[in-house]
Amino acid sequence: MTTSRPSTAHSRESGNPASGTSQGAGSPLPRGRAEAQLRRANRDRLLRVALPVLVLALGIAIWEAVVRIKNIPPYVLPGPGLILQTLFADWSLLWQSLLVTLATTCEGFLLAAAGGVGLAVLFNQSRLLEYSLYPYAVILQVTPIVAIAPLLLIYLPQPLAVLACAWIVAFFPVLANTTLGLHSVDRNLADLFALYGASRGQMLWNLKLPSALPYILGGLRIAGGLSLIGAVVAEIAAGSAGAGSGLAYRIAESGYRLNIPRMFAALLLLSVAGIAIFYLLSAVNYFALRRWHESALAAER
Amino acid sequence: MSAAPAYHSETLVALRGVDKAFPNGTLALSGLDLDVRSGEFVSLLGPSGCGKSTALKIIAGLSEPSAGRVEWRRTPAAENKSRIGFVFQEPTLMPWASVFDNVALPLKLNRTGTAESRSRVVEALHRVGLEEFGRAFPRELSGGMRMRVSIARALVTEPALLLMDEPFAALDEITRFKLNNDLLDLWQALRTTIVFVTHSVFESVYLSSRVVVMAARPGRAFSELAIDAPYPRNNDFRTSAGYAALCRRVSEALAQAMAAGEAR
Repeated sequence: MTTSRPSTAHSRESGNPASGTSQGAGSPLPRGRAEAQLRRANRDRLLRVALPVLVLALGIAIWEAVVRIKNIPPYVLPGPGLILQTLFADWSLLWQSLLVTLATTCEGFLLAAAGGVGLAVLFNQSRLLEYSLYPYAVILQVTPIVAIAPLLLIYLPQPLAVLACAWIVAFFPVLANTTLGLHSVDRNLADLFALYGASRGQMLWNLKLPSALPYILGGLRIAGGLSLIGAVVAEIAAGSAGAGSGLAYRIAESGYRLNIPRMFAALLLLSVAGIAIFYLLSAVNYFALRRWHESALAAER
Repeated sequence: MSAAPAYHSETLVALRGVDKAFPNGTLALSGLDLDVRSGEFVSLLGPSGCGKSTALKIIAGLSEPSAGRVEWRRTPAAENKSRIGFVFQEPTLMPWASVFDNVALPLKLNRTGTAESRSRVVEALHRVGLEEFGRAFPRELSGGMRMRVSIARALVTEPALLLMDEPFAALDEITRFKLNNDLLDLWQALRTTIVFVTHSVFESVYLSSRVVVMAARPGRAFSELAIDAPYPRNNDFRTSAGYAALCRRVSEALAQAMAAGEAR
């Protein structure tokens, strides 16, 4: 840090006059090259933001234009303008539903995090337990949740069934990643702990769990999105049974009533929620690892 | 070969006829006898595959011999074992913990009180010249500094025996020479016993009071040379004719050991 700061200040001083001319960029001096590299990086970053925004704007414009020119009725395909209008008009209803879905998602996610990490730790401590239970965790994971949801709705009260779905989809990546993480402890460090007579608890708490942290956080990042999917799937399955008030239920309900603009508005909210969950967990990941793990440091180079 | 100073005379730990076979059938060690005397700096020198690292792990109790015994002298083995420091070829630091916490690890594991632990960590960091870096994280340090942290961690329990497994092999020569000198100073100051594994003839001669040359396939002690140049040794010794002559003798012993390993 301390060494890089003066050198960039230096390159800015000497690079500025040269940057106006074409010779500066091609200069063989390392300073000029660093300057060019920095500029390329900046341009790259700008493009990464600008291009998706441009594509979005273009898509929306074409969509709106097609709907207007072809005079497509809203119950077939509403234009983006109408969808936004519906979003504002139905805001209180949709907001309530969003909160219901998000609550389920959060509960499912937290249970999945606790269950996934907990089971992985138990498996790590007891091989017999791992052999006995791991296959069933895999079976739960590979059976499509859409197929399990109706069954759960028969046996469990509806809110609990939705929660169970969110949990089932989300816990496996946490379990699998944590298991991998607990097994990827540096062997020499493990030897060192053994040499100093570490207890099983110390080994787990001071060595295995910190080593596994990047893997656990990676699993949680996947689980966040999956628990939203699990909640939505269960709500839709429950919706056809005539109960529930989550956002996915609103989508199903609007579908039956041919209220297509509201369907799109609810879908938009779901996507935004999914994106927010992803970035929130990425931020947690970054702040937990930024001082030591390669994955969080890549941007420094 | 030559008379060792008085404080070298007592055996601290000895390997007696130690065999080590790995599950895949490799015989890493066969009939290894090794005496480590109190206060000495002994190097295990040999080609890769001669089992020198395995011997170190057996002394540390990290690996069980397939046959033979590890004998601790004077005090109960358990007490001695709790006073072993180990330095690996890699710094082997916890990347998620600060330098201070890394050095404090052995004390944390044996549940030393916070206040005492604190002062001992500060002292250990001071000994390796890193008192300013307690709050840094390992990845913010250079390779040489990380190795210093690793040494500080090994010293923090005031070990009676310090086991070092090619600790400087991955460092550049300038850093290695510096750390060689610092290690000798530490050894002199602390009066500890060091078993140092290396594949460098020059390093083993510079550091040790005794060099045990090992042969491979199967790993065994081949010959033993006393390095009777007086301490403290410094860069004058490194450039002296006596040093060159000792290096030549050790090189010849190593060449014989390697020929013996190939003949089998």
